[in-house]
Amino acid sequence: MSVQFWTWLLVGLSFALYFGIAIWARAGSTKEFYVAGGGVSPLANGMATAADWMSAASFISMAGIISFAGYDGSVYLMGWTGGYVLLALLLAPYLRKFGKFTVPDFIGDRYYSNTARTVAVFCALIVSFTYVAGQMRGVGIVFSQFLQVDINLGVLIGMTVVLIFSLLGGMKGITYTQVAQYCVLIFAFMVPAFFISLQMTGNIIPQIGMGGKVEGGAFLLDKLDALHTQLGFNEYTSGTKSTWDVFAITLALMTGTAGLPHVIVRFFTVPKVKDARKSAGYALFLIAILYTTAPAISVFSRTNLIETVSEKEYSEIPQWFKNWEDTGLISWTDKNGDGKIQYVAGNALDGKKPVFTEERGTYGERMISNASVSQKNELYVDRDIMVLANPEIANLPNWVIGLVAAGGLAAALSTAAGLLLVISTSVSHDLIKKQWMPDISDKGELRAARIAIFVAILIAGYFGINPPGFVAAVVALAFGLAAASFFPAIILGIFDKRMNSKGAVSGMIVGIALMLFYMMKFKLDMFGGGTSEDWWFGTSPEGFGTIAMCVNIVISFVVSRVTAAPPQDVQDMVESIRIPSGAGEASDH
Amino acid sequence: MDNKQQHATAYWKENIKYLVILLSIWFLVSFGCGILFREALNEFRLGGFKLGFWFAQQGSIYAFVILIIVYIRLMNKLDKKYGFDE
Repeated sequence: MSVQFWTWLLVGLSFALYFGIAIWARAGSTKEFYVAGGGVSPLANGMATAADWMSAASFISMAGIISFAGYDGSVYLMGWTGGYVLLALLLAPYLRKFGKFTVPDFIGDRYYSNTARTVAVFCALIVSFTYVAGQMRGVGIVFSQFLQVDINLGVLIGMTVVLIFSLLGGMKGITYTQVAQYCVLIFAFMVPAFFISLQMTGNIIPQIGMGGKVEGGAFLLDKLDALHTQLGFNEYTSGTKSTWDVFAITLALMTGTAGLPHVIVRFFTVPKVKDARKSAGYALFLIAILYTTAPAISVFSRTNLIETVSEKEYSEIPQWFKNWEDTGLISWTDKNGDGKIQYVAGNALDGKKPVFTEERGTYGERMISNASVSQKNELYVDRDIMVLANPEIANLPNWVIGLVAAGGLAAALSTAAGLLLVISTSVSHDLIKKQWMPDISDKGELRAARIAIFVAILIAGYFGINPPGFVAAVVALAFGLAAASFFPAIILGIFDKRMNSKGAVSGMIVGIALMLFYMMKFKLDMFGGGTSEDWWFGTSPEGFGTIAMCVNIVISFVVSRVTAAPPQDVQDMVESIRIPSGAGEASDH
Repeated sequence: MDNKQQHATAYWKENIKYLVILLSIWFLVSFGCGILFREALNEFRLGGFKLGFWFAQQGSIYAFVILIIVYIRLMNKLDKKYGFDE
């Protein structure tokens, strides 16, 4: 059976499953639409949270990024899992007790101010849109690689699928679809990992295999370090980023995770406070399965890649190399004319991506027009192929390759659906119902939510098809934005009874403005731009969320102390969310 | 202060105590072992791993999972102790 056959079959089957679930779990009321009726079991919610959380980036890109970054890649591993500790300990139980539908709801009520609510809606929309655009692009890429369709058509198919199951089911449909998607994606991620770990280290558990020995008796990691040094790269286990920057990025990713609105809303869907804690635990456990496997895959595929290509004759290179060259994710230029692939430190290209000409070189390789003259390195490898091409590199059966395609789509679609729901609730609930038309009926609100999803998906699809340069730059920074805006406002709202609306609003505005400014300056070259030498306190834009967050906290604190204390009923509310009992009532609207 | 209020204050105090302890461990395994003291820990080995590298890529994640499980247990007990259980 061919790869094509297996891909169509497995993708088709998984999609049929999602549709079936969406129809079975149709939403009838706004409560079902927003929070799945509040009756989801902690395990199901944990699985849905995990799927919601693990995006195309986690599934496709993360292992590849770590594979090239080595130790520096730890920021993603620790940052994206460590945030769950904050979420479980500092946010989930209290927001569940508060028992409303959305994050702007909490901020609006806690800070008794529609200004605060509007600022929160604005932040939620920025964070969600930047994130969802990247997901739609991810869907397009997976479709185009595996099903041989145009990327744009891939985005359109993805849009239609997400639209159908989110329109039908709302949060309820999405929750149960995501449970299925979690199963598909984790299975698809683990199967190749088991195979490869067994092949390389003789141990089937990748987490253990990563620290195991390879043929010849050396430890795999030592061997990889040696290969790296030999070829002029930095030692794999050491990395190149400064300690401070690693620290700042990790903290920004952690607090950003805890502040991402589409993850937080998930904890509104369980019946009790106890269940909110429990489901955060399940979610982290389920995420940890993938997140501890990813660094192992990175090490395996990095070693595999170097051993397969370094100093090898191009004419004797395996077929997978040429397949991926055809899709444009690998390029090779024979700079020294010896017919062998030199893979050493340095950029093979001028610019980020290879620019292919239509011609073929002496050995049948695709010619490029932007080979870098000053650097010896001849090989360009796109990071994203490390997971996607892994099964081929390791010679795994065709059904495994099809499975990886289905898994990548599950990861991208589940996250896109979760984000679209946040966008639509922010508009229909926090803007329309709470601010513009308080008398709107349940039915009218539901209709507004569905229209909002429809509009949001058109915008997301537009950005997926015409990705503006800034989307790629900004997706990684969505976390910085969440860290700089929501996180302090929510934490202070729970743990500091004296925090008032003026403090929180000014903190949020300054925090997000600072983060946006820094992003535009150093990522998009606005306001004069700048290089890494100009970074403030040596902090990269990815890590700047940490600084913006601290500024937010200081400003919130100072402003709240020089202005009047919050009214008594708000202080009572804070007291009440600190105590778990009675959450049942709080969630009944 | 009535009885319920007293209970609530005591409950919150103990809750904060747990949070401080658990978050200190959270900070220690990730920012401590994985980042700040990494170089020193790399002198030691855990099988094929340098210890600091292991904490950064594997160990801290296992610790996070354990931390949440411990937290859930502690809080369930605390809820019962103060009668805030549901």
